Amino acid sequence: RVDEWTDVDRKRVMNDIITTMFNKKFMEELFKPQELYSKKALRTVYDRLAHASIMRLNQASMDKLYDLMTMAFKYQVLLCPRPKDILLVTFNHLDTIKDFIRDAPGILNQVDETFRQLIETYSCLSAGEFQLIRQTLLVFFQDMHIRVSIFLKDKVQNSNGRFVLPISGPVPWGTEVPGLIRMFNRNGEEVKRTEFSTGGNYVTPQREGSFDLYGDRVLKLGTNMYSISRPVETHMSGSSKTSAPHAKESIVPNPLAKEELNFLARLLGGLEVKKPGGSETGFRLNLFTTDEEEEHAALTRPEEFSYKVINIEATQ
Amino acid sequence: QAAWCVLPSRVLLVLTSQKGIQMYESDGSIMVYWHALDVGEHSPAQAVFARGIAAAANRFICVGTSSGSVLVFDIPPKGTNITVSEVLEQHHDAITDIAAELGQAPDGAGDVVTADDAGTICVWEAGEEFALLGKIPAFGCSCSSVKLWNGIVAAGYGNGQIRLYEAATGVLCAEVNAHARWIYALDLAPHTGKLLSGAEDSFVHVWKISRNLDTDDVEIQHCHAECVTDTQVCGARFCDPEGDSFAVTGYDLSEIFRYGR
Repeated sequence: RVDEWTDVDRKRVMNDIITTMFNKKFMEELFKPQELYSKKALRTVYDRLAHASIMRLNQASMDKLYDLMTMAFKYQVLLCPRPKDILLVTFNHLDTIKDFIRDAPGILNQVDETFRQLIETYSCLSAGEFQLIRQTLLVFFQDMHIRVSIFLKDKVQNSNGRFVLPISGPVPWGTEVPGLIRMFNRNGEEVKRTEFSTGGNYVTPQREGSFDLYGDRVLKLGTNMYSISRPVETHMSGSSKTSAPHAKESIVPNPLAKEELNFLARLLGGLEVKKPGGSETGFRLNLFTTDEEEEHAALTRPEEFSYKVINIEATQ
Repeated sequence: QAAWCVLPSRVLLVLTSQKGIQMYESDGSIMVYWHALDVGEHSPAQAVFARGIAAAANRFICVGTSSGSVLVFDIPPKGTNITVSEVLEQHHDAITDIAAELGQAPDGAGDVVTADDAGTICVWEAGEEFALLGKIPAFGCSCSSVKLWNGIVAAGYGNGQIRLYEAATGVLCAEVNAHARWIYALDLAPHTGKLLSGAEDSFVHVWKISRNLDTDDVEIQHCHAECVTDTQVCGARFCDPEGDSFAVTGYDLSEIFRYGR
């Protein structure tokens, strides 16, 4: 289906989604200090964003897209060399988004505005505060081990769904390469020096990434994984090997939750709803190789991986 | 966080969270004390939590908070009449860890050390009124974990370094470029002076702290390295006071790995 789209269609979808995502009211809400969204709330926001334009995805493809996004983001947060690097990852995302809409100055402005807000809000946080944010995010993604084919192929993920943690390469900015022990006497003079080895193979980093509006981020995490054409596949089977029972999401509906989601939906749906009119039926994105495969995936998806999406009436 | 607090007449299980501090009898059967955290102390954008637990001077339990204050609880030999004896306000950043002297402190070396997110370490003498003996200044890095043994402070930092200080004077004795990532855990075996460090770089190291018999200078040597493949180590503890075995936990890991000689 994807090859029936024209470049005009692609640009339109991209612009619509980015405009919705960086909507002023929505950003205002996001920047308010608050708890992390629940898994349901996040999935709902994601569904709304994905459907902000003339593109349509059915359940199976939507699930697959969400899995992909979740695991990619988990990977980026997990592998940040130092806690502050989660901000650099965010900046990498924004840099790429700005490139997608470089021909649309109106939207570009919105993104830059958000960029400035991020710099203002987060630049002065301490390493400890960033680590707390990072830990909170990691708890959200705990126990998710969906295998993603692009990660398996690049040897970034193991066949059991765990990410590969390299023990070589540059150390984070501000860290020394492990190995040296220095000892001092009570006058502060160095009296002894020894070395130890570990089997790791670390080197000194060349420079620090930039936290300005424009600059070389140095870090590759958060840059476009699909800058060259790649297969999009996620595998469910064999990924829930953990025998320890993980906390099941409470099924008891939280009365406030639906209100919160309705509010979010109103914010996101606040723009003109782009309903394909007349003979246009819109374009359906299928992340599988055939329609039959997509249908089959929807039917055979393991129960524990289904995201219970709440349907929200956001017309007003 | 969870910690056993061993006092002469009883052992309490202390738990900290975003809501407050809970203390249980050692079999977990009864909650003997609950302390809610004061949200008012914090600005709206700040996280609220308790972190850092240690039993001190055979009588007190110290717990740190995200505002930087350290709550000192006076624990009776039995029963639920636990009271807040004092609130220590020397730290301006969230407390990361608290440790009590595990061995024999030389004169003036203190009973308890407290560490914070900025990297500042305070050394205290415990009592009806805690006395601040000294402050070890930060060097630009969060001090994530701390231990106190025979008057030596062992501190693990977010940049992967371990530093040893004389508790009585605050003088730096040793600097180890130990890990390539944030150090999450430090533990010490009091009978031998073995130190265990675990970090996000997936490594666990065993070190030996000692005093040079001639110069009395503090020394540290590397004993052993263990790589827990593809795991960011979050917890590491010796299983015996000699330090011959240790247990390790990590992010996304549902198992506890145990290593022994």
